[in-house]
Amino acid sequence: MLEVKNVVKTYISGDGGQFQALKGVSFKIEDGEFVAIMGPSGSGKSTLMHILGALDNPTSGAYFFNDKNVADFSEDELADLRKNKIGFVFQQFNLLPRATVIRNVMLPLVYAEVEEKEREERATLALKAAGLEESRFEHRPNQLSGGQVQRVAIARALVNNPVLILADEPTGNLDTKTGKIVLETFQKLNQEQGRTIVLITHEREVAQHAGRVISIRDGELVNDAKTRV
Amino acid sequence: MKTSDMMQETYMALSANKARSFLTILGIVIGISSVIAMIAIGEGAKGTIQNSIQSIGSNLILVMPGAQRGPGFQVSAGRGSARTLTQADADAIIKEITLAQAVAPEISGRYQVTAKGKNTNTSVVGTVPAYPAVRNIQIDQGDFISEQHLRGLSKVAVLGPTARDDLFGEGVQAVGQVIRVRGIEFKIIGITRTKGGGGFGSQDDMIFIPISTAQKFLAGDSYVTTISVQAKDSQSMAEIQQEITGLLLNRHNISDPQLADFNTLNQADIVAAASSVTQTFTILLAAVAGISLVVGGIGIMNMMLTTVTERTREIGLRKAIGAKRNEINFQFLTEAVALTFLGGLIGVILGWLISFGVTRLGILQTKVSLFSILLAFGVSAAIGIIFGYYPARRAAALNPIDALRYE
Repeated sequence: MLEVKNVVKTYISGDGGQFQALKGVSFKIEDGEFVAIMGPSGSGKSTLMHILGALDNPTSGAYFFNDKNVADFSEDELADLRKNKIGFVFQQFNLLPRATVIRNVMLPLVYAEVEEKEREERATLALKAAGLEESRFEHRPNQLSGGQVQRVAIARALVNNPVLILADEPTGNLDTKTGKIVLETFQKLNQEQGRTIVLITHEREVAQHAGRVISIRDGELVNDAKTRV
Repeated sequence: MKTSDMMQETYMALSANKARSFLTILGIVIGISSVIAMIAIGEGAKGTIQNSIQSIGSNLILVMPGAQRGPGFQVSAGRGSARTLTQADADAIIKEITLAQAVAPEISGRYQVTAKGKNTNTSVVGTVPAYPAVRNIQIDQGDFISEQHLRGLSKVAVLGPTARDDLFGEGVQAVGQVIRVRGIEFKIIGITRTKGGGGFGSQDDMIFIPISTAQKFLAGDSYVTTISVQAKDSQSMAEIQQEITGLLLNRHNISDPQLADFNTLNQADIVAAASSVTQTFTILLAAVAGISLVVGGIGIMNMMLTTVTERTREIGLRKAIGAKRNEINFQFLTEAVALTFLGGLIGVILGWLISFGVTRLGILQTKVSLFSILLAFGVSAAIGIIFGYYPARRAAALNPIDALRYE
């Protein structure tokens, strides 16, 4: 499904100094895997996630999506990749504050030019799959609890039926109980619908829900292990 | 992204901040409405001036005495005061210029006129029966001067309504009464209809008498002050003007047209000259209004730049879920154009109301032209595109991850 080869990402700070967020990371993720990328804050895991989501380019090294080098994609091809293949759950959710829940979830379908009627059906389905009650669909994001907002963000990532779901600290803002429900949602999506899921976390308990844990520290891969067979 | 979605997104974005959208639109509204109103007022002024020129007659060529200049001498007598046109010239024009429909020579002068103890100083015009047809004058009461009056050197007069009011008072039956000019009694045989103030002195404040009488008793010679020649149609005017010039040069034995002792004035030229003056004014007014349009456009750009900055994260998100650069570009451009278009629409209505008000208050007869409305819409849409282009491009060029990280 996807492969990173020797990926390096260097940031140039305002005063001209360089900071290496990723120092040559390589791994492969197969179709249908549920992978957790774990590491303390500042380890470069978010940067890695952005590269996997085709939101950012590596400074050197290569990222292959379905055996194609993403560096060769044009801007529009990148947009198509993000639109059709990848669902991204942001740490900050990034919902549109002035739009209702259902409109937020339908937004990717607007860019995919899905018919209006179908949009609503698919958004409803995605929101149900993410576990949000139907009575909340017409609310605005600021009228929802943290867990509910998280579900909306997940539903938006699901609505395009992406083959790859990327979630950046999906439980970071949640209490343990809601966090667990969200993680179970991911597990269900992985097991019942066979979607490839990559999530980022700095908590070991969260990582344990995944089938495989990739540990990163200071921009380098330190461990890659299956949690259960 | 579909067009209907684009419209909906635009509506949501603009209605999210109604006060700001309204204030931004206001600049365009003021600009467009003043352009519409200024052009309407300018067109109205042009129409009024053209009407007043047309009111002195249609397809008219005026022949007037000029200053006679001898070769070498550059001493010039006052223009129009020269007495170089004679009754014989007028007769020659009547005879030779076959293209002319009617010819009306006149001799005019200002005299003190008295009637029953009242008196006024007014213009006394000696002329011929063709005069009313040529100069667009209508008779209200009685008759105009006839051929018999001409031949018989009759002492009869036709009064303009203002002259009548000055001498006899309003609504008084003046026909049949008597006025005195230079001690000579004239019997009033008619009153002309009110024309309103013309561009060349009021034709209402005039007294008409037979030209033969005027030459014999008032002027004492056979010079004329103006010969009005009416052409059949506007096409033949230039040709008639040429022929008259040729004929008179020949009669006055002048070989060099530069030294002509008379002037011919083509009415079309007067109209064109007056039109070009009002045209210049209209352009001036519209240019001033145009400046406010540019200021309004900068207001749009300012708002769009603010919007792009405020919505940086939103733009990042849209790109992250698959929006293409063009779609972002188009969305922000649509917002800018929607603002200016709305402003243009309100501006057209407001401008139309202003010019309607000006007409209603009787200040000037204004005319809102379709052209100015189309121009206003074109300009406002163009302003939207020009001033929206840069902010939209800036938004579209944002890197999704940088945009998402923006605080």
